[in-house]
Amino acid sequence: MAAPMKQMKMMDGNEAAATIAHQLNDVIAIYPITPASVMGELADTWSNAGRTNLWGGVPQVIELQSEAGAAGAVHGALQAGAKTCTFTASQGLLLKIPNMFKIAGELTPTVFHVAARSVATHALSIFCDHSDVMATRTTGFALLASCNAQEVMDLATIAEMATLEGRVPVLHFFDGFRTSHEISKVELVSRAQLQQLIDPDRVRACRERALSPEHPFIRGTSQNPDLFFQSREACNPYYHAFAAIVQKAMDRFAAVTGRHYSLYEYSGAEDAQRVIVVMGSASQTVAETVEHLTAEGEKVGLLNVRLFRPFAAERLLQQLPASVRALAVLDRTKEPGAEGEPLFKDIATALFSACSEGRWPGEGLPRLLGGRFGLSSKEFTPGMVKAVFDRLARAEGPREFTIGIEDDITRLSLPWEEGFRTRAARSQVQAVFYGLGADGTVSANKNSIRIIGEQPGRFAQGHFVYDSKKSGAVTVSHLRFGPEPIRSAYEIQAGEADFVACHQPLFLARYPMLDKAKPGATFLVNTPLSRAAFWQSLPQPVQQQMIDRRLQVWLIDAYRIADEAGLGQRINTIMQTCFFALTDILPRAQAIERVKAAVEATYGKRSARSAQMNLKAIDNALTHLHAFTVPQRAHSLIPIHRVDCADASAFVREVTAELIAGRGDRVPVSRVPADGTWPSGTAAYEKRDLALELPQWEETLCTHCGKCVFVCPHSVIRSKAFPAALAQGAPEGFKAVPIKGAKDFPEQTLISYQISPDDCTGCTLCVEICPIHDKSNQRRKALNMVPKEPIAQRERANWAFFRQLPEFDRTGLKASTLKGSMLMQPLFEFSGACSGCGETPYLRLLSQLFGDHLLVANATGCSSIYGGNLPTTPWSVNPEGRGPAWNNSLFEDNAEFGLGMRVALDQQRAYALERLQALSERLEPQLVAELATADQSDEAALRAQRQRVARLRQQLAGMDDPRARELHQLADKLCRHTVWIVGGDGWAYDIGYGGLDHVLASGRNVNILVLDTEVYSNTGGQTSKATPRGAVAKFSAGGKPVAKKDLARIAMDYEHVYVAHVAYAAKDVQTLHAFQEAESWNGPSLIIAYSPCIAHGFDLAGDNHAHQRLAVDSGHWPLFRYDPRRAAQGENPLKLDSKPPSIPYAQFARTEARFSMLARANPEASRAFLQQAQREVDERYHRYEQLAGLSWSPVEGRATSDAAAPTRQAAGDQDE
Amino acid sequence: MSKRLRTRYMGLELESPLVPAASPLTATVESVCRLEEAGAAAIVMHSLFEEECRRDHELLHHFLFEQAIGHPESDDFLPVPDHFRTAEEHYLERLQRMKSRLQVPVIASLNGDSREGWAEHASQLAQAGADGLELNIYHIAASVRESGADVEQRYLDILTSVRAALPRLPLAVKLSSRFSSPVHLIHQLRKAGADAVVLFNRFIEPSVELETLKITPQLQLSTPAELNERLRWAAIIRAQVAVDLAITGGVHTGEDVIRTQLVGAEVAQMASVLLQRGAGVLGEMRSTMLNWLERHEYESLEQLRGSISYARAEDPSGWERANYLDTLDQWRP
Repeated sequence: MAAPMKQMKMMDGNEAAATIAHQLNDVIAIYPITPASVMGELADTWSNAGRTNLWGGVPQVIELQSEAGAAGAVHGALQAGAKTCTFTASQGLLLKIPNMFKIAGELTPTVFHVAARSVATHALSIFCDHSDVMATRTTGFALLASCNAQEVMDLATIAEMATLEGRVPVLHFFDGFRTSHEISKVELVSRAQLQQLIDPDRVRACRERALSPEHPFIRGTSQNPDLFFQSREACNPYYHAFAAIVQKAMDRFAAVTGRHYSLYEYSGAEDAQRVIVVMGSASQTVAETVEHLTAEGEKVGLLNVRLFRPFAAERLLQQLPASVRALAVLDRTKEPGAEGEPLFKDIATALFSACSEGRWPGEGLPRLLGGRFGLSSKEFTPGMVKAVFDRLARAEGPREFTIGIEDDITRLSLPWEEGFRTRAARSQVQAVFYGLGADGTVSANKNSIRIIGEQPGRFAQGHFVYDSKKSGAVTVSHLRFGPEPIRSAYEIQAGEADFVACHQPLFLARYPMLDKAKPGATFLVNTPLSRAAFWQSLPQPVQQQMIDRRLQVWLIDAYRIADEAGLGQRINTIMQTCFFALTDILPRAQAIERVKAAVEATYGKRSARSAQMNLKAIDNALTHLHAFTVPQRAHSLIPIHRVDCADASAFVREVTAELIAGRGDRVPVSRVPADGTWPSGTAAYEKRDLALELPQWEETLCTHCGKCVFVCPHSVIRSKAFPAALAQGAPEGFKAVPIKGAKDFPEQTLISYQISPDDCTGCTLCVEICPIHDKSNQRRKALNMVPKEPIAQRERANWAFFRQLPEFDRTGLKASTLKGSMLMQPLFEFSGACSGCGETPYLRLLSQLFGDHLLVANATGCSSIYGGNLPTTPWSVNPEGRGPAWNNSLFEDNAEFGLGMRVALDQQRAYALERLQALSERLEPQLVAELATADQSDEAALRAQRQRVARLRQQLAGMDDPRARELHQLADKLCRHTVWIVGGDGWAYDIGYGGLDHVLASGRNVNILVLDTEVYSNTGGQTSKATPRGAVAKFSAGGKPVAKKDLARIAMDYEHVYVAHVAYAAKDVQTLHAFQEAESWNGPSLIIAYSPCIAHGFDLAGDNHAHQRLAVDSGHWPLFRYDPRRAAQGENPLKLDSKPPSIPYAQFARTEARFSMLARANPEASRAFLQQAQREVDERYHRYEQLAGLSWSPVEGRATSDAAAPTRQAAGDQDE
Repeated sequence: MSKRLRTRYMGLELESPLVPAASPLTATVESVCRLEEAGAAAIVMHSLFEEECRRDHELLHHFLFEQAIGHPESDDFLPVPDHFRTAEEHYLERLQRMKSRLQVPVIASLNGDSREGWAEHASQLAQAGADGLELNIYHIAASVRESGADVEQRYLDILTSVRAALPRLPLAVKLSSRFSSPVHLIHQLRKAGADAVVLFNRFIEPSVELETLKITPQLQLSTPAELNERLRWAAIIRAQVAVDLAITGGVHTGEDVIRTQLVGAEVAQMASVLLQRGAGVLGEMRSTMLNWLERHEYESLEQLRGSISYARAEDPSGWERANYLDTLDQWRP
C-alpha cells in the first residue's frame, strides 16, 4: 500500500497546538492572554464553523472570566467526563496553579498548552522565558517542552497519548513569540493518524472515571494528618512510570508518522567534551551551532531536554557521552537567591547521584556550569552559544553565568563574538522588511512565507518583531528560506540579509536597517521621490552604507501605484510582488502567479472588485520598479535621526535615549534600575513624527472654550494663559491673543493654543469637536487641518517657546469650567496609544485635575501598555516636581491594589497626626490645629496645607527627637492624596470584578475609572461581559448572545458609591463634573467611561466623537450621575444627564463593523439582536428614569442610619 | 385575467402596466409576493447601491488586512465571520428567492454614479436570474470642469459597458429630467443599446437645518403634480425614439396610469402611493383602468397607447410652448 501523501502546511506554534487540541477535546476553556490568545481564538473560530473533533462532536469552547475561572471549568469538565484542555501563559498560568494541584492530585488526564512568557516581576513583559512554567513545577503536572512548530504539533499529540495512558496531566509548553508566532513548515498529523494514535479504550477509561450519579462516589475529600501523606505517596507509581509512557508514546508516534522523538535528545560529537543542556527553541540555535562547530572538529554537543517533569535522571544521563568533561545547563528563567536555576539543579542532582552511586560512566564528575539566557525573549544567537562552549573550555571562573547581556555589576555575563555565523545561516536566503504597523507588511510576509514554504523541498521561517507603540509602530519581519529545515531561532543578524526592504521612507533615517545587509544585498525602498531626490533625502551614513556594501538598490512608488489601483495606502501586495521579482527564491512568473492566486483566494469569492484592484496593483508593480545606481560618493548633510534630549537628566540621556534608538540590548546592567523604578515624563523625548497634517489655530475665531484640549488623545494641543509681557521674544508666527472672559484673569493676560507638531498623530479630533465656524465660511473653524511640512519648523519653535512659558496659577482657574480646567497642565502626554484613542482623554483629564496629588493603580491592559511600556512613558511631572505616581500590579487585583494604597496613605496620615499631637507643645499651636483639620477640598486649600507642611518641616528641622524625624518624613501625608484605580472592562467586569466589588463595598475613599471599550482591547478584542448584545468580537464570532452587564446599577445598589456613566465627546462638562464629584466624594466612586476602540470597527481618527454621540442618542450609553450626597440631603441621588433614546438603536449599530458585520453574515440573527437591544435600551432608560424620579424623602429611622453615609472614615480621611 | 391591460416592456410580456418601482417595498421577498398578489405585473427590485458595494469592499479590506496596528499583543481585532456576505451577495440571494417565488418578471436595479463596477454588478444580477435591469444612474454634476456633454457621455459609457457585458439582457436607464435635451440623449442611449428609459428619477433634495446649519437629507414622497412633467416628455420621446418608456413619479391613481399610456408609456412605475396606501391600491387602479376602457369603449390599452403622443395628438403644440402664455394669462391670484 502506498504511503499516504504527507500534508504540509505553513503555520505557527499556536496554530499547531490548537490544531491538535481542537481535535482531541470535547471542552476547551479559554481566557485571552498574550501570546497564547491565538490558540483560544482559533479553537473558538473552528467550533463556530462546525469543525468536529476526533469523535465527531464540535468541541465546546467557553470563555471564562479569568484564567483561574478557566482552570476551574477545566477541572469541572474533566470531573464530569469530558476530554478538556486549556491554553495560557504567564500570569494566566499562575492563576491556574491551585486547580493544577487538584487536577494532578486526582490523576486526571489533560493537556494544558502554554506559550511560555515571563512572569511580571519588576515589570510586566509579554515576551518569552520559562519563569511561568517553572512556577508550576510543584503541581504534579508533567512538563513537556517543544522547540519548534513541528514539535508543537507532534508533542501536543504525544502529550495527549501519554496523559491518557499514564493519567499524569501534561503541561505542554513552547516559547512565546518565538515558537508560538514563528511561521514554519509543519507536516500535519492527519486525522487518520490521530485515530491510530489515540487509544479509544483509554478515552473510555478516562470518561468512566468521571463523576456520575449512575455509579456514585466522592472525590475531593478533606483529609486529616492520619491519611494525607500516604495519599500523596500513593501516586508515586504513576510518576515513576510516566517517563517511560511518554517515550512509548513517542515511539508509537514515530511508527505512525515517521518522526522520532526522545525525552532527552543528544546531538553533536560522539566524543564531545563540552555539552550544553537546554530546553525549548534555544535548542534549535544550539543544534545549528553544534553542527557548525563539530564540522570544524570541535568536540561539542547538545542535550535537548523535552520532558522536564517527571524528571527522568537516568534516561537523561544515558544520553550524555561518557567523554563529557564540562556541562553548561542553560535556564531561561531566574530564581533570585537560589543556588542555581531549576534545570541546572536537577542536572546537578542527577549527576551527583549517578556519580555517588557509581552509575556515571565517565571519568569523574564533569564540571557543571549554570547559565541564564533569553529572559523576556532576549536574543540567543550562535555567537552566544559559542561563547558558552568557550566558557566550558576554561576551568577557572564562577559556575554561574549569564549570556546575552552585559552585567557590569556582578560580572556574571560572558562576552560573545557578534560576528560569529554558522554555515547553516550562510546557506539560507535571509530577508528583512521594515514596515509600518498598519500597512499590511506583516500579512504580506506571512503570505510570502506560505507561498515559498508550500513548495516541495523548500523551507521557510518567518519571525516578526513589533514595536511597543500602538500608533505609527514599526514592524520588522525576519524571513529565511532554504533547502533544509531552518533551525535558526534568532533574528537575522547584522550583515546577514540578502534582501532588505524599507516599506516606509521615514524609517530610513530612524532605524539602522542597512546594518543587516550583507555585501551586494538587494535593497528595496518604497519612496515617492525621484532618483535624484531620493539620494538627496538620505542621511550620510545611509549613503555610505549603500556604497560600502555595494547594494543593489531598487525604488518603487508603491503608494502611488496603490492609490491608482484604488487601494489607498495598502501597499502590501505591491511590495510583495517586488520582493519576488528581485529575489530568485522562486521563478518570477511562478511567484507572481502565486501572489495573484493568494489575492484571488482572499478576495475572489467575496469581492471580485477588490481582487481586481489588487491584481492591477501587482501588474503595475513591476513596470514601476526601477533600479537605482548608487553614486560613488556620499555627500549628504542630513544626520541620522537622534533623540533630542540635551536638556534631560543623565538617566534619560544614557538609558532612555539608547532604548529609543533601538540600542537597548547593549545597555549594561549597572545602568538599569534594579527595582523597576523609572523616571516620569519620558514620552516627551520620543518624537514619533506621525502626522501628515496638523491642526492650525485661527486665533481670531477661537472663543477659548477648551474643547480641543479636552478631547486630544495624545495631549498635543495645549492652552496656556500667561502675562502679555512674556510674549516678548516669541518666535515669529507664535500666536497669542487677549484671553476671553478677561475678568477672571489678571489684566494683560494672553492665551495661546499650541500644537506639539512631532507628537501629533493627525487624528483630526480637535478639529471635529471645535464648535466655532467662520460665519461666512462654515468649513473654516477655529482649528483646521493643514499640511504639516510647510509649518513644521515654525511650529517646532513655537512649541519650544510655549513649553517654557510658566503654567498659570492653578488656584486662579475655575476648575469646574471646561476652559478653566483645560488651562491646567496635562501630566499625561504623548502616549503610544492608537491615533484617536477613546481612553486617553479621560486619563489626561485625570492628570490635569488631580495629577499633583494622584496615585494611580493601573490594571494590566491597554492603559498599562501605553501608560507604562518602556522605553518611554507618558505620566509626567509639573514644574514643582509633582505628578502622578503610577504602578501596575496585575490584571486581576487592581482594585485591591488601589485599596492598599488608600489604606497605606490613611495609615501614614494617622501616624503623622499622632506624632503631630505628640509634638504639639513644641510646635506653633495654630499650625498644629490647622494641619490636622484644615479643609483641602480645592486648589487654594491644598496649596495652603502644603505651605503649612513646609513650615512644620522647618520647625521640626531643629529638633533632636526621633518623633520629629519621623514626622518630618511623614508630613507630606498630611496633604491630600487621591487614589484612582484605572483599568478596562476586562478587568472591571470580568477578571477583577470580585475585587472591584469588594473595594466598592469597603466604603473607602478610592476612585475607580473604568475605561470601557466593551472588549478586551489590548489582547485583540475578545468578548468581555461589557460587550453589548449582538456585537461581534473574538469568542463571540456569531454576535454576543447576552446583554452587557450593567455595572453602574450594581454599584448604585450599594447606595454609598458615587457612580457616573460618561462619554466625554457626547457631553464634556458632564464628564468633567463627574471626575470632580467622584474626587470630592469621601467614599468609593466609580466612573464608567465610554471609550471607543479600534475593535469597534470604525475609523477612530475622525469618527470617534460621532460614535460617542450616537451611542448616547441611541440609548446604548445613557449618561447619568448617582451622588450619595444628594440622598443625604433628601434628594434623589440619581440624575440623568442624557435624554431618552432619540434615534433607533440600529442607527448607532449599523455604523460600527462590530455590529454591521453580523448583519452581513447572519441578517436574521442581527435583526433579532437589534430588536432585543432596542427593547433593552428603551427599558433601561425607562428604569433609570423611574429610579431618578423616585421621591427620596427620608424614611423614618433611615436618615440618621449609618447605612446612608459612607462608613470608611479611616483615620486620615477628611476630604469631604 | 383580462388581456385588455397587457403591455410589453423591454421585451417582457406584462399583464398590465402596473409596476412597483424600486423602493423599500420591493426589498423583501414577502413584500413583493404581496405586491404580485395585489396585481403587480412586474417588480423593480429596490436598488443595489454602488456606495454600499464600495463600503463592503472597504469593510473587507479592513477585516482582512487593516486591523493590524503592529502591536505584538494583537494581530487583529474583529474576527471575519466565515459566512460574511456583502450587500451585493445578499441582494443576489434575495433576487434568486424572488425569482423562485414570483410568476411576474423581476427587474433588478443598480444605483450609482461612477464609471466603474457596473458591468461586474450587472453580470452578477443577470446570472442570479434578473429578467431585466434598470440602471439608476444618479449623478450630480457638481464640477466646473464637467460639461453637459460629459454628463451625457458618463451615462452612455455606463450603458455601453453593461451592454457589452450582457448583449441580450433587457436594459432600462432611469434618468433625471435635468438634461438640456433629453430626447437627444435618449436617442443616443437607444443607439447604445437601451431597451427602455424610465422617466424620471426623483432626487433626494437636501435642506438646511437652521439651528445646527447642517445639511440634512429630505425624503419626500411624490405628489400627483409631478406626473405632468413626465407625461410631456414621454409624449415627445414616444414620437421620435423607438424605445420603451416607463413613467415613474406622480402616478397615484388608475386615471394617472391611463394618462401614462395615452402619452405612449409602456408601464407606470409607482412607489409613493404604495407606501402610503399599501399594495391593495393596485387592485383599485386595475378596476379604474378597466372601467375607464369600458366607459370609453377602448378594447385595450394597446389601442390607446401613444394616441396623444406628440406625433399623434390632435394639437401637439400643447406639449411645447404654445399654451404657456395662455396658462399664465389665465392665472389669477
